[in-house]
Amino acid sequence: MTDLRACVGEGRASDEPLELALYARDAGVAVGRADAVCFPGSGAEIAAAVRVARRHGRPFVARGSGTGLAGGSTPLGDPVVIVTTQMNRVLEVDAQTCVAWVEPGVLNLDLSREVAPLGLHYAPDPSSQQACTIGGNVGTNAGGPHCLSEGVTSAHILAVDVVLPDGTEARLGSLAPDAPGYDLRGCFVGSEGTMGIATRIAVRLTPDPPCVATILCAFDSVEAAAATVSGVIAAGVLPAALEMMDARITQAVEDFVGAGYPRDAQAVLLVEVDGLEGGVATQVDAISSVARTNGATLVRVAADDAERALLWKGRKSAFGAIARIAPDYYLHDAVVPRTKLVDVLRRVYEIADAHELIVMNVFHAGDGNLHPLLVFDRREPGIWDRVYAAGTEILDACLDAGGVLTGEHGVGIEKRDLMARMFSVDDLDAQARLRDAFDPDGAANPQKVLPSGSRCGELQRVPDGTWI
Amino acid sequence: MTTPPDTNRALDIAPVGARTHWEVGGPPVAGATEVRAPVGVLAYEPADMTITVGAGTTFDELDRVLAEQGQQCALDPRSRAATVGGILACGLSGPRRLRHGPVRDHVLEVRFETGDGRLVKGGGPTVKNVTGYDLPRLFVGSLGTIGVLHQATLRCRPRPVRSQWFTGVDTARAFRPAARLWDGRREAVLLEGVDVDVEAEGRGLAALAAPPRFPDGPHRGRISVAPGAVRACAAALTRTPSESASAPGEVRWCAELGVGTIHVAADDAAALARARSVAHAHGGWMLREAGGSAADDGYGCALPNAALMRRVKDAFDPAGKLNRGRLPLGAVHA
Ligand SMILES: Cc1cc2nc3c(=O)[nH]c(=O)nc-3n(C[C@H](O)[C@H](O)[C@H](O)COP(=O)(O)OP(=O)(O)OC[C@H]3O[C@@H](n4cnc5c(N)ncnc54)[C@H](O)[C@@H]3O)c2cc1C
Repeated sequence: MTDLRACVGEGRASDEPLELALYARDAGVAVGRADAVCFPGSGAEIAAAVRVARRHGRPFVARGSGTGLAGGSTPLGDPVVIVTTQMNRVLEVDAQTCVAWVEPGVLNLDLSREVAPLGLHYAPDPSSQQACTIGGNVGTNAGGPHCLSEGVTSAHILAVDVVLPDGTEARLGSLAPDAPGYDLRGCFVGSEGTMGIATRIAVRLTPDPPCVATILCAFDSVEAAAATVSGVIAAGVLPAALEMMDARITQAVEDFVGAGYPRDAQAVLLVEVDGLEGGVATQVDAISSVARTNGATLVRVAADDAERALLWKGRKSAFGAIARIAPDYYLHDAVVPRTKLVDVLRRVYEIADAHELIVMNVFHAGDGNLHPLLVFDRREPGIWDRVYAAGTEILDACLDAGGVLTGEHGVGIEKRDLMARMFSVDDLDAQARLRDAFDPDGAANPQKVLPSGSRCGELQRVPDGTWI
Repeated sequence: MTTPPDTNRALDIAPVGARTHWEVGGPPVAGATEVRAPVGVLAYEPADMTITVGAGTTFDELDRVLAEQGQQCALDPRSRAATVGGILACGLSGPRRLRHGPVRDHVLEVRFETGDGRLVKGGGPTVKNVTGYDLPRLFVGSLGTIGVLHQATLRCRPRPVRSQWFTGVDTARAFRPAARLWDGRREAVLLEGVDVDVEAEGRGLAALAAPPRFPDGPHRGRISVAPGAVRACAAALTRTPSESASAPGEVRWCAELGVGTIHVAADDAAALARARSVAHAHGGWMLREAGGSAADDGYGCALPNAALMRRVKDAFDPAGKLNRGRLPLGAVHA
């Protein structure tokens, strides 16, 4: 502790049990234990903190706001937790080349607010954007509704200054379009804190579109809404955002914020298109006609910015709305091909019914990124077993449909032991070797992402003193 | 120009595509065993906007198949004969990168064989995925030094209804154009979209009958500088008349405005070397694409984070068999 205080300053490091308890988990379900927590104010301080941890034989865990849902910043292995929230300055903005350098603790929405007067925004907009940090977004390669046409975080990160697990500093990527050699930047983004800590991030800013249209479509069935999603993509339209909410979510949102969604709909779609006037008009027509063909009961284009903002407020408050009606929820995250949405959603409801659970669906439909949400009351005996069993079956259904385990929340602890369902022994071994290239001693965020036994050698290694 | 063979070593392996980008990067090793990737479309679901192809498939074939469904994948190689494997390994993006993003952003899943003979899959077939480490992005630009690509799943997009190059004084005005080029004489901008938008945005500009061409010659390179420095760097490539006639020859160039790539070509290796030093003076670097002097290692600069890159290389190709010489990381094995 003395060493840690010496590098980050008095009052910026703690091992008080109460303080440690605050950093024992993220917004997901897994709980860990921190050995110490510190709040560095600069990249140099992060590097110093990492070196102190290493000198004392401790691993370290990078943490932003702790809104992660997969246990990414949950401390395992008695680590030093390094929190970036004190580093929340936007350092430089170049409106000419649309680049900003930011500290890792800058909140996602704060960045977009700061550059708004320049007619720019930061495109990836996770639903948690008021609370999550850009560093955390880099950690998880976060997505958001508007990543459908603009791409997820990695497409918006030009360079990252990092502290590598050995405590040295490096710049990965560059403002120049290509950096010589391997795309280490690309490896780092989405590595969930297992390859080091981002201390300064160069992000690409996106010009605000001259024209935006937001369409609300309502349907009598989830199938019809899902068929519309597939139909829109099949029609060759790639909207800026395409989100879906089922009846339970819609009603909860209406009770909470009154976004103007029809209460009697079985499902609603929120579709946004942007760009130049002509293209927007063409896409609005195409989307409306696909929706009507699929039996939409309502197709309404927001009349003005106020109505648009209200429609989006509904979508972005969905989780807040649920928190009011159910004491606990387990939020899943998986992706299926967009052509499989109808079938997979049907399976999701069947699985929940079979386990006598309530499932709600609010998700990034245009990407095929499902977020089935199982709501429950943890005081009910045996409920966790049912929630886990249903969750696993849902993930299996997604994988069976040609999908993947996680689209944006990450692997963390939550899906670590499911990795073998998607990857072979050799695939996992290759990933383990890549991680080892960055972190040979396993000091950065240990026990995350890859299941133990991922390294081929690990399986065969005979413990010392064993007789064969 | 080749890296000399080393008779004391295990077999060298060199993946081969269509040889359209064969001289990109460092010189290949002589006498390597050449291997080729499978050819053909393995899966295409237009309604998912994803396509899986054998790495030996040419861009021409890929584009033809996608065009039938009104789609495209904006890899935009210099030659349509280039293979998908070669495009991904070189990682050279086309001019529409400005709007559509670099090559690495179009790749969803890769399957490649590592130097120690394992078939490894990375990424996933869906348009969104964060399961595990991002091997697709690691592969793009690795110049075949971490694996031999067998197949890749690519993200597709709707083909624009209209696509038209314009020229004029104020090409910066257009809203998020697909590409912007400047060759020192004129600026050109590629507008894509529906007819009314292209016409409205193109007002005041002159439509070009043919797309601008990148400079050609026996010695070619690709400069990468921060977009804010691209005009100054490109302007410095042009020799002023006062420079002595005995100085190395002319550098022809075309700059991607807003991106920071400058395509350069020359008739002699010395001129290409001069282009590289101009790039360095502007905080950038130059990748050799063709020709160059015998001593050119393809990069002409120390690779950043070389020690870390060497460990990455080692992780996938422990014996150093794959494309030795292409990426000058220094000795992987001491
Ligand atoms: C209500 C709600 C809605 C959400 N909606 C979305 C959504 O739409 N899309 C989405 O993608 N996610 C969503 N999330 C998940 C979460 O907000 C994202 O994963 C976010 O990127 C986490 O940011 P954070 O600052 O909270 O990071 P943390 O949770 O603190 O950390 C996340 C991971 O990143 C690593 N990390 C943190 N900082 C750094 C750094 N500086 N350098 C390297 N690694 C670092 C951590 O070790 C950890 O592995 C949602 C969460 C909630 C609670």
